Amino acid sequence: MAAASAAAAAPAVPAAKPAAEAKPHAEKPPLASPGDPVGEPWSGEIVEALKKTFPDIGVQAFTYLKQNYLILPRESIVPVAMFLKTELHFTLLADLTAADYPKRERRFDVVYQLYSFSRNERLRVKVQVGEQESVESVLPVWSGADWMEREVFDMFGIRFEHHPNLKRILLPEEWEGHPLRKDYGILQQDQRWVQENLHIESGQ
Amino acid sequence: MATTPQATFLDANEIVINMGPQHPSTHGVLRVILKLDGEKVLGTECVIGYLHRGVEKIAEHRTYVQFAPYVDRMDYVAAVSNGLGYCEAVEKLLNTEAPPRARYVRTILTELNRISSHLLWLGTHALDLGAITPLFYTFREREEILKIFENYCGARLTTHAFRIGGLQYETYDGFEEQVKAFCDYFPPKVDEYETLLTGNRIWLERTKGVGILKADEAIDMCVTGPVLRASGVKWDLRKAQPYAAYSDFEFDIPTGENGDTFDRYMVRMQEMRQAIRIVRQAVAKIPEGPIMGKVPKILKPPVGEIYHSIEAPKGELGYYVVSDGSTQPYRVRVRPPCFINLQSLDRMCRGHLVADVVAIIGTIDIVLGEVDR
Repeated sequence: MAAASAAAAAPAVPAAKPAAEAKPHAEKPPLASPGDPVGEPWSGEIVEALKKTFPDIGVQAFTYLKQNYLILPRESIVPVAMFLKTELHFTLLADLTAADYPKRERRFDVVYQLYSFSRNERLRVKVQVGEQESVESVLPVWSGADWMEREVFDMFGIRFEHHPNLKRILLPEEWEGHPLRKDYGILQQDQRWVQENLHIESGQ
Repeated sequence: MATTPQATFLDANEIVINMGPQHPSTHGVLRVILKLDGEKVLGTECVIGYLHRGVEKIAEHRTYVQFAPYVDRMDYVAAVSNGLGYCEAVEKLLNTEAPPRARYVRTILTELNRISSHLLWLGTHALDLGAITPLFYTFREREEILKIFENYCGARLTTHAFRIGGLQYETYDGFEEQVKAFCDYFPPKVDEYETLLTGNRIWLERTKGVGILKADEAIDMCVTGPVLRASGVKWDLRKAQPYAAYSDFEFDIPTGENGDTFDRYMVRMQEMRQAIRIVRQAVAKIPEGPIMGKVPKILKPPVGEIYHSIEAPKGELGYYVVSDGSTQPYRVRVRPPCFINLQSLDRMCRGHLVADVVAIIGTIDIVLGEVDR
């Protein structure tokens, strides 16, 4: 299972790179498109420990502007998170959010910002998720992920497996659409909901 | 016959009631669904989103500079902190830094804002618990801080005091004197609040042992800020990962032991004193020099991403900014301290009485503008 996922995840990033390089930029060096890994490859104690414990998931590690981050296949997030928390002391989940890159093969990044009190160090963990895919909830690792995962579900429509109460948190429960997706316009709204519940023609 | 109204009432040991959204003690439009056994709270559920304005979506359709005023509208009682976090995040993304003078002025205004935010919390929290007098006193002192903001940038609440790269305005004539005068004026006032509350028997009864959050629970719930420190975790981003000019100043991190409402009260009271200490040191040695760093007129950060967080009055305020190389941010995520701290309400309320829910909502110190964004 894990080996299959590694094979599936590995080509995702190199496949995106030639596309970026193919863009015709006359004088400037080719720009990376958003969502591609940026920065220098990073190796350190944390990456070594991860590679040793999870040899077949294909961890990619980068550092950009002095901030380190990892890219993992989505299936491995819970065991890796548990390992980071218990063995490497990243006890605080500072933030959990997502970003949408619709041109990419797997369009969403779910982004976990971890912090370790004892090391006084931050680490960003990203997993790539396709539109029809879901991620395992990290609630067993950090109870505080509850509302943050609900917000990501609300805003992006990414499903978190085994979340006990995965429903909208900021928008009304009957609302259609996920506003922070790139294909959701800034003036777009759920007309039907607005008309039925607010009794006005349009919220704009 | 078996289900007469009386019998139903006696059988029913669980009732569900709504608190809010229009309730003076929920500090905004927060709706809490309470599951009760008599007056004992069995569980709570928060319904939020009434103030959702889609700030993160708006950010993707504004330039970096245009978005700066929007962040003030999230935690509107600590607008200066919001602005500082955003400006520093974008500066980091641009790989620049504000000049020393700007960083000192930023530190002074941010610490004054911390005091004004804590004053508003203290006044309303005490009011919720039946102590009406502190509100008048705290607003009297808060007014002095707002006057400094008004003199500096013309606005009292949503200040938009900082710009990406430094400051828009040089300090006004008499800024340092006014700040110094406030530093002399304010500490006796904190003593005054403490004489009203700290030894007050009613206050102790209402706050001691109420809403206990242990340190490991608090970390597990991702709680930050004064709530975490009251649980005994000595962690403050101003010390742990200094930003602005905090590395130049001496100050202590107040912590609590029990993680109850009283400890959170004490931590915030101590924080106000520490803030004055920082302001005093900063205003004594504001360096001369430019107030704007070398930042281009049109901001186009290179493709990449940054997470930068600061110690806002409510906790860790983080900005995760992704740039696609254009003038508009590709994605801005605000890590809201109130939203994440509010999650622990359920854990803190269970087993307490309905009246304590009011105390616990007050002690988390939420601003719904930031919870809902």
